[in-house]
Amino acid sequence: MSESITGVGTEMQSYYGRPILKEPVWQPEIPTYFFTGGVAGACSLLHGFARVAGHERLAKTALYVGAAADVVSPALLVSDLGRPERFLNMLRVFKVSSPMSVGSWILFVSAGASATAAALEWLGMLRPVRWAAEAVSFAAGAPLTTYTGTLLADTAIPVWHDARKELPWLFGASAAASAGAATTILLPPGEAGPARRLAVAGVAAELGLMDAMERRLGFVGEVYKQDAAGKLARASKALTAAGGALLATRGRRSRSAAVAGGALVLAGELALRWSVFRAGFQSARDPRYTVIPQKQRKEREQSK
Amino acid sequence: MGSNMAENHPVGFQWVMEARERGAHVFHVDPRFTRTSAMATNWVGIRAGSDIAFLGGIINYIIENECWFDEYVKHYTNAPVLITDGYEDTEDLDGLFSGWDPQTNEYDITTWAYRGTEPQTAPGKKSSATRGEQSGHGGHGGGLSHGEPPEEDESLQDPRCVFQIVKRHYARYTPEVVAEMCGCSVEDFLNVAKTLCESSGRERTSAFVYAVGWTQHTVGVQIIRAAAIIQLLLGNIGRPGGGIVALRGHASIQGSTDLATLFNILPGYLSMPQSAAPPGLDEYIERGTAPAGWWGKLDTFIVSMLKAWWGPAATKENDFCFDYLPKIDEDHSEYWTFTQMLEGKVKGYLIAGENPAVGSANGKLHRLGLAKLDWLVVRDLVEVETAAFWYDSPEIESGELKTEEIPTEVFFLPASSHVEKDGSFTNTQRLVQWHYKAVDPKEDCRSDLWFYYHLGRKIREKLDGSQDPKNRPILDLTWHYPTHGEEQEPSAEAVLAEMNGSDSAGQALAGYKLLKADGSTASGCWLYSGIYADDVNMAARKKPHWEQSFTALEWAWAWPMNRRILYNRASADRDGNPWSERKRLVWWDADQKKWTGIDTPDYDEEKPPGYEPPDDAKGPDAIKGDHPFIMQSDGRGWLYVPQGLMDGPLPTHYEPHESPLRNKLYSQQASPDRQRFDIPEDPHNPSADEAGADAYPYVVTTYRLTEHHTAGGMSRFVPYLSELQPAMFCEVHPDLARERGLVHGDWATIFTARSAIEARVLVTDRVKPIRTNGRVVHQVGLPYHWGSRGLTTGGSANDLAHAVLDPNVHIQEVKAFTCDIRPGRRPRGSRLPAFVRERRPR
Amino acid sequence: MSDFATLADITGHPDGWDTYDADRQPRMGFFTDTSICIGCKACEVACKEWNVVPEDGLVWTGESYDNTSALGANSWRHVAFIEQRKPLRGEEDGDDALRWLMSSDVCKHCTHAACLDVCPTGSLIRTEYGTVVVQEDICNGCGYCVPACPFGVLDRRQLPRKQDDPPLALPLLGKREDGRVWKCTLCYDRLKGGHEPACAKACPTDSIQFGEVDELRERAKERVQKLEANGWNGARLYGDDPGDGVGGFGAFFLLLDEPEVYGLPPDPVVTTKDLPEMWTTTALAAAATVVVTALAFFGGRR
Repeated sequence: MSESITGVGTEMQSYYGRPILKEPVWQPEIPTYFFTGGVAGACSLLHGFARVAGHERLAKTALYVGAAADVVSPALLVSDLGRPERFLNMLRVFKVSSPMSVGSWILFVSAGASATAAALEWLGMLRPVRWAAEAVSFAAGAPLTTYTGTLLADTAIPVWHDARKELPWLFGASAAASAGAATTILLPPGEAGPARRLAVAGVAAELGLMDAMERRLGFVGEVYKQDAAGKLARASKALTAAGGALLATRGRRSRSAAVAGGALVLAGELALRWSVFRAGFQSARDPRYTVIPQKQRKEREQSK
Repeated sequence: MGSNMAENHPVGFQWVMEARERGAHVFHVDPRFTRTSAMATNWVGIRAGSDIAFLGGIINYIIENECWFDEYVKHYTNAPVLITDGYEDTEDLDGLFSGWDPQTNEYDITTWAYRGTEPQTAPGKKSSATRGEQSGHGGHGGGLSHGEPPEEDESLQDPRCVFQIVKRHYARYTPEVVAEMCGCSVEDFLNVAKTLCESSGRERTSAFVYAVGWTQHTVGVQIIRAAAIIQLLLGNIGRPGGGIVALRGHASIQGSTDLATLFNILPGYLSMPQSAAPPGLDEYIERGTAPAGWWGKLDTFIVSMLKAWWGPAATKENDFCFDYLPKIDEDHSEYWTFTQMLEGKVKGYLIAGENPAVGSANGKLHRLGLAKLDWLVVRDLVEVETAAFWYDSPEIESGELKTEEIPTEVFFLPASSHVEKDGSFTNTQRLVQWHYKAVDPKEDCRSDLWFYYHLGRKIREKLDGSQDPKNRPILDLTWHYPTHGEEQEPSAEAVLAEMNGSDSAGQALAGYKLLKADGSTASGCWLYSGIYADDVNMAARKKPHWEQSFTALEWAWAWPMNRRILYNRASADRDGNPWSERKRLVWWDADQKKWTGIDTPDYDEEKPPGYEPPDDAKGPDAIKGDHPFIMQSDGRGWLYVPQGLMDGPLPTHYEPHESPLRNKLYSQQASPDRQRFDIPEDPHNPSADEAGADAYPYVVTTYRLTEHHTAGGMSRFVPYLSELQPAMFCEVHPDLARERGLVHGDWATIFTARSAIEARVLVTDRVKPIRTNGRVVHQVGLPYHWGSRGLTTGGSANDLAHAVLDPNVHIQEVKAFTCDIRPGRRPRGSRLPAFVRERRPR
Repeated sequence: MSDFATLADITGHPDGWDTYDADRQPRMGFFTDTSICIGCKACEVACKEWNVVPEDGLVWTGESYDNTSALGANSWRHVAFIEQRKPLRGEEDGDDALRWLMSSDVCKHCTHAACLDVCPTGSLIRTEYGTVVVQEDICNGCGYCVPACPFGVLDRRQLPRKQDDPPLALPLLGKREDGRVWKCTLCYDRLKGGHEPACAKACPTDSIQFGEVDELRERAKERVQKLEANGWNGARLYGDDPGDGVGGFGAFFLLLDEPEVYGLPPDPVVTTKDLPEMWTTTALAAAATVVVTALAFFGGRR
């Protein structure tokens, strides 16, 4: 248990131990979407820079991977809706106060642009339109990778809201690692350099950010050591570290090492998204995480 | 006390909350800390069944501390009246009154009488001597000439005067004894007594509020009597904010007794004629007419009723068809009837809106009885346990009954709910409120009015032209009510108008004073006369209370004659002036020469306070101008009841029929003439120090929850209610849980000599453990709503109860009996009755 | 005090309420005085009857007399029961002191409502009465409002599978009725008809008081002062302060103990309060992702 700043320890009253907050109603599609959306967004960036740098093979691979991820993503989200047939209502408004609204538009634009670009690439036609689509996809790509962190943070769930300073960075790093790993797997080591380096940088950043986040969360962050979130977090760290290490070393030369490393990184990043996802449920379920920090805050306010 | 108003009358309870907010003390004296206790200013936990000890202690306190309202007591109660010399008290006979006959198990009440009088009998009763119940509704004080008892001592000193008898009767009910018997602390008891006394008198009044927590005991009537004594001593009867409020909660339960769904009364609480009495209307009238008071007008009530029933066929020559009325033999109460069913003596039974398989004590006895009928008709909103007993019941599960062997033909007829018909509810405070139909009933559902009307119509059609005199009572009935709609629903208002009554010209009567005994008036129920005066449905009036004084006389209508507080003449002193400005209610207006006030005076409007009845005065005219209790032949409130009750002129603490404790005050353990059926279907648990009493060491009490309704027919089939309390549970104190190994949230089996049920365990501090005599007696709380059918099902608490009854009114003692409780679920199938048998001590 | 920077906050008005201009009505809400709640649950039943809310599960909890447990898609009023060995008033010696707290919980209709802020379809709106309502013809059940609410009020309605429901082809295709989020509407339809909400109407003791929020706040202040003067233990208002983390509740309470005893958050704050900071973080992190991706290209193709 973490120490308390004021007199409030970790003892408190509750209503029969029941949660105060509601656990999210989100299904497995959502953490999966975080993963695929991250791949889509970072692939757009990878693709854009690859085009500019003249790495055509990397560019195309990133384009197709990104487009695939960008098309799967909305399908996942629609599937998760309570009323899937009403998915278009996401585009009724554009609300800055709602990360989901902003994100829906970002995804809509990104998916449309990447799919268009990929299709036009495949068909080999309308290059100016393809460039425009790629540019739009690039512009949408970066926010696509990080807004999902804010989506989670913009809730009442302590382990998410209190990590609002870290989650967008964490998800951005995870996206970069995922996109890098995915494209690395599909390219010979000779072409995969930037992707591989992006993957390793993403893994390193993500590991560092997870650690910083857990430490800063303190008491609220203990869910990352418990139950499903704990298991997934540990698995994620092991997988991404192993995968990153493999990519950084033997993956530079060996295709199979690159594939193995990339696969490990992908698994690890998927696990990361899942661990953050499950952490939210655990954080909502135990009223201590809601009550104790609030009581501490109240006491601090009153003693001012 | 004896009630849980917040849970069972939540809407009415808002007024208690208002009073609390204005500073009223609200005490809740009850074995459990309920939602009422949570709202009270104080809760005093007591042992279930120790109410008379507690109340007797208050009487003792009032007398010892000289807190009684002297002027009120001396002139408005029978405190000064001298009692015949032969009277012996429970103090003399160790728990019995004089006149007890152990052969017949009855009291001869001649020694209870006022000195210089003879007890009077109830109409139609042959024997005057014994059973107090005979004098019940008709007996009002013997042959008192012009309403005055022959001998009195106004100084209240004579040892034979009622006051001194009362004092002596309760002398041993000291605070310490009360604490011992009730399991409360002396401080808590004294706090109640003291506050009650301080809150009574000229400037302040206090009210008692009770319900079945008092009535469902073998001493139920006496518990209420004890409150009556307290309230009379404190001068709280007939005064605003005072009185004894009988919560009549089940919709129209008050109306059902007013209009005589009980076997021994006719509408308006007239006595049912008895087969053992000498025949004839004159005999009936003579036996039932009180020489003084409003029962002196019995002839007008009964004749008008007969005219309402038989119309033109009822003439002076044929005693107004009085002989058409069925005569009762003795006890035709529900429990007695079911014992007759067990003997195969009842062919058919009609049950409407009641579920005795769940709601009556000893469910098995009832279900076995139903299985002996030739036919059974059940009218209800849903197919309740009583209608389904033949294929769905504990006895079917255990094999004690087999569907294919049950001969009973069961007819289930669906009923309309209250929103599907016009009608009235008569509830607490005798208030009659009209309700209008809101929706049409579905399919075959029909109202009770429709059913009885058309049943009668069809029977009459079948009997039409019959020459058999046996059929004349039915054929001569006035049976034409206007009907409307496709289903031919009879007009409820027409029935109300008939109750109100009319004169020979058919004009609606203005009140019961206009009833005549010569056959020129008709009235279905004298108490309700006035409710349709001037052809206005008074019960339908809905002027909001904020547009009226606190009596709200223009909201609906209360019987009699829209008097909201009975005996309210007692709110004024002997000269007719209110006891205080603060508590004024009715008073004598000397200029107008009539009684007037905020309430309708419950008195002859023109009778001046100084009125002295002439020697030959009869009936109401024989009541003096300073005697408010106009239904009594001496016009006084009775501290001591010389006749009318089976079990004594004064309430006495008796232990419940089943109790783990010896009666601390008397050798006479329980009420001597409590009604028992010694039949194998109703075995009893041994009590106190009888052999085997420790087989059932705990006190058990049953009760309602807000979320469910009585025997569950109206709530267990409704999702919104069922989800609020979705399982049968028992309430036990943590110490009892520890003692028996009960686990909160898990199952327990509760059993008695009758049966065993299972329930979820709710461990709570709210059930009071009783510390008495150096030991702890635990209490088990059981809501009684559950049965085998509906959305939520569970064990029926009443399967555990016994059919031992209050002798005056035949009400079952389910508020205090004994049981044992063990962890775990109950045995299934035939192992259940085996288990119950094994647990009975040899 | 509040750290909000929006115009709405300066006025203390609920977000979006001022946009009604001439159609704006006085802000309506509830003052639930739990000191006079008798735990009858008429509010729960009346609400369900009026709004045709489905039955929410026949589960006996053993948690005193509370078998509803929490607010949710199918419970918009929830009466809590807490048994305590404490006296209602003053000090009482002896272990006989008992009190039974009862309280009817409801959606708070926050001045700054997180659910409304995060709703991506515009289904959740502020009405002309200052209340917060889900437009059920628009809600697509995305569920974002569910974890956003600091009180755990909202939930998605999934009715239990019935016998004759079609078999689940794939888990993804097994969506059951109803799929949308439901919550207390403060009986919006009744308000439009000039009536009070069903729960307030049914409450026999007027524990649930309906009226203009300003006036209710005045009344509540007097009430809590009276209780304090009469020695009631723990009497306090909850949600009456426009300076609190959600700008004050439209439906606020008088409680007799700490909020968490009732299952309420001690110091709820609308998550949107930190949104400016969150968007900044999002943008910076996005920029960083761009930069890092660009940097990855230094080092050649290999």
